[in-house]
Amino acid sequence: MNPWALYALSGVALFSVGLVGLFSHQHVVKRILASNITGSGVLLVLVALARRMSSGPPDPVPHALVLTGIVVSVSSTALGVALARRMARLQAEATHLPEHEPRSDGEGP
Amino acid sequence: MTSVAALMVWPVILPLLGAVLALLVGRPGVRLVAGVASVATLMASSMLAWEVAHQGVLHQSIGGWGAPLGIEWRADGLAALMLLTIALVGPLISVHALDHFGDREDREFLPLWLFVWCALNALVLSADAFNLYVTLELTTLAAVALIAVRRDLPGLDAGLRYLLFALPGSLCYLLGIALLYGAHATLDVGTLAQRVQPGPVTWVAAGLVTVGLCLKTPLFPLHVWLPPTYTGAPTPVTALLSALISKGSFYVLLRLWLEVFAPVMDAQVGQLLGVLGAAAVLWGSALALNQTQLKRVVAYSSVAQIGYMFLVFPMATSGARAGAIYLVVSHAAAKASMFVAVGNIHQAVGITALGGVQGLAHRMPFTFLAMALGGISLIGIPPSGGFIAKWLLLNEAIGTRQWWWGLVLLVGSLMAAAYVFRILRGSFLPLPPGVTVRSIPLGNELAPLALALIALVLGLVPWFPLDLLAIGASR
Repeated sequence: MNPWALYALSGVALFSVGLVGLFSHQHVVKRILASNITGSGVLLVLVALARRMSSGPPDPVPHALVLTGIVVSVSSTALGVALARRMARLQAEATHLPEHEPRSDGEGP
Repeated sequence: MTSVAALMVWPVILPLLGAVLALLVGRPGVRLVAGVASVATLMASSMLAWEVAHQGVLHQSIGGWGAPLGIEWRADGLAALMLLTIALVGPLISVHALDHFGDREDREFLPLWLFVWCALNALVLSADAFNLYVTLELTTLAAVALIAVRRDLPGLDAGLRYLLFALPGSLCYLLGIALLYGAHATLDVGTLAQRVQPGPVTWVAAGLVTVGLCLKTPLFPLHVWLPPTYTGAPTPVTALLSALISKGSFYVLLRLWLEVFAPVMDAQVGQLLGVLGAAAVLWGSALALNQTQLKRVVAYSSVAQIGYMFLVFPMATSGARAGAIYLVVSHAAAKASMFVAVGNIHQAVGITALGGVQGLAHRMPFTFLAMALGGISLIGIPPSGGFIAKWLLLNEAIGTRQWWWGLVLLVGSLMAAAYVFRILRGSFLPLPPGVTVRSIPLGNELAPLALALIALVLGLVPWFPLDLLAIGASR
């Protein structure tokens, strides 16, 4: 088997594992991590495709796409984690501190 | 050529500039900046549409790097019509949002909405498959922030739910695009259309792209996230999601199917998408009839209305294309009007149950006039944009000898009539004792009416949009 095909197939396997995790878990953080794994799988496929494209040096276009993909993935993970954190804090306030004054502006400390 | 095509960057740059400035100026100037940016973007979109109508399809290479190396933007009639729809419907929703939110949310809602607007305009104009992925993600991220703008538990929950369904959707899309690039070494949609051949790679790629975009739009049975997300989001945000944001992924799907995949795919796949669309119409309408919460009735109606749009795929004629696009546009106006009206009702009586509308027709005449006009377009009674859209689709169903899609259209319309009249009937009952009706600012009453009037005008003068969307159609 060509090395690039091995990488591409690993990418597809990661993608599938991530998707299964994304839809089989309830916990928000696990689901965010699973979406990260799914994304890494796609990016690995792209990296592998760069080698297959030409016999000489690797095709630079997929590498540029991977860089963009990483930026997107970091942003969406950060957004997901930020939402999950705030949600956890609000839930904790609602259950443990019923007498806690609700912050009118919703800003964290 | 270049100077005219350069017009294309303004509908993307102006909302982006507006969003950044609005974030910087903060509370005192945010409304002024957002207002100026909205008017400027509307003007830029209109000018671009005018040029497309008179000169035909425009192309623009970003940074002077053309396809196949660089990123190509293209404005055809369909893109111009979408730009105009976003520029008319979006600002009217945000006018309503001004009195809906408190000061802090206001400060954040307007820049975030401008970010969504920028991302959607870039999505509409992009002719590069990877650039489409980036714009889809930009739209999603800004939309998630909008859903959670109140920072309360229902909003955060809805935002996370949306994010965790939209992410796998765009990743499926990206994997499909990666496979296409691996096989054909291009990301330009026009070049892809020339190079794709029937074969396993194309089928797998088309499958991944289609599933991913159906998850985002969403198409039945991938719609499970829609009702809780639409209910948990603040009502002006729900209006944006249903009217405009969900149309973004459908637009990409329509483009790629009609321009790239349709010629090399088995007709059975188109039929399958049509069957799922028909199921969405029947299932969504049936559930809309069964809801006890007003907002959920309108949310499930969105599931059904998206279903009609997928009837374009089994027919795949230029008439069906026009019908589906006409439905995208008229549904944007009609559904925005209905969600904004729902927001007014919640604000006036503070009751989310369907029974909360009782006795309000006399107290909020403009809101219920808007609800009725929007409902007429959803049902497809003339004169309305919804009628023209369904008429075009019905014609094609008969013309292509697929009468069963016509049956779906008729049954769906009857069910829509039932759930719309359920809302309207309640509003004419006497006001229940003990309910106080808070007065609503006039601007909030007029915003849904203006949106509903757009849906009405689409039914009265269909020539302009129909001529426009025919420009640059592949067949």
